[in-house]
Amino acid sequence: MRRAYIEIDVERCKGCGLCINACPQRIIRFSDKFNSKGYHPAEQYDPDEKCPGCGFCYMMCPDTCITVFKAVQPVR
Amino acid sequence: MEFTAVYKMPDSLSKKPFTYCPGCHHGIVHRLVAEVIDELGIREKTIIVAPVGCSVFAYEFFNTDGTVAPHGRATAVATGMKRARPDLVVFTYQGDGDLAAIGTAETIHTANRGERVTTIFINNAIYGMTGGQMAPTTLLGMKTTTSPYGRSPEREGYPVHMCEILKELKGVAFLARTKVTTPKDVLTTKKYIKKAFLAQTKDIGYGLVEVLSTCPTNWGMPPIKAMQWLEQNMVVEYPLGVFVDKVGEEK
Repeated sequence: MRRAYIEIDVERCKGCGLCINACPQRIIRFSDKFNSKGYHPAEQYDPDEKCPGCGFCYMMCPDTCITVFKAVQPVR
Repeated sequence: MEFTAVYKMPDSLSKKPFTYCPGCHHGIVHRLVAEVIDELGIREKTIIVAPVGCSVFAYEFFNTDGTVAPHGRATAVATGMKRARPDLVVFTYQGDGDLAAIGTAETIHTANRGERVTTIFINNAIYGMTGGQMAPTTLLGMKTTTSPYGRSPEREGYPVHMCEILKELKGVAFLARTKVTTPKDVLTTKKYIKKAFLAQTKDIGYGLVEVLSTCPTNWGMPPIKAMQWLEQNMVVEYPLGVFVDKVGEEK
């Protein structure tokens, strides 16, 4: 069961990579796609559902494009 | 499974995308200021005074009233606004070229008078908007477009330490220097910015928070490397910490 996930506003993202550097689980990467500004935006790649919703990516994002969602009921 | 947004864009930011370069720390500090305004519940009575510099459009990004001051005069404009309308919360957002070069007199005298305004001071050791010229805060030996062989103390003098200058003045209520390169520092910075606003709302005196920031474009480095450069060089020259704290801990 996944505990948390993030949503990235790809049009705001400028591909600086600060969230990738900050993520303790190493589950954020650059997307292969381009956004309309021509940057490779960040994307979450989390097949093992490791994201705990710590919010480090949100804290380091200079463009406020990350929203962190957490499960309402804590999963055991 | 139901999910709820635990971290999302603060209400005090307009939804406009920032015009800063990728990896610039301006965006992080903008978000922290907006979060503090949200937490204190003062959005409807806050005025931002934007400087001249990269953050000249800062009033566009905040969901508050705002104006732009002539170069270096942001604290003087803020003083006028605060004296005319003492019920409002007025803060300035200035860079090092604005606050430490052309606006030195305004900054020192605003602090000395203990005006009830707050200043967020972004120190990236370079002039960002105009293309990477030497600032008063540029480190010794650092190469800029106007010091291509590195800053030398014989020719250009030594870096200006604004916090160390201002801490001797009686009107200052909160004064701290911090950085935003790790999530821990981001949380510390938010605490300091909140105290600088409380110094104003509790009518104690002038509050200033100096944030060491990167300028990846003009330093000529990728954003991650710029953060490492900041940790290795700027923190050595500009020691972090709280210099003046008359606000006290929150109950």
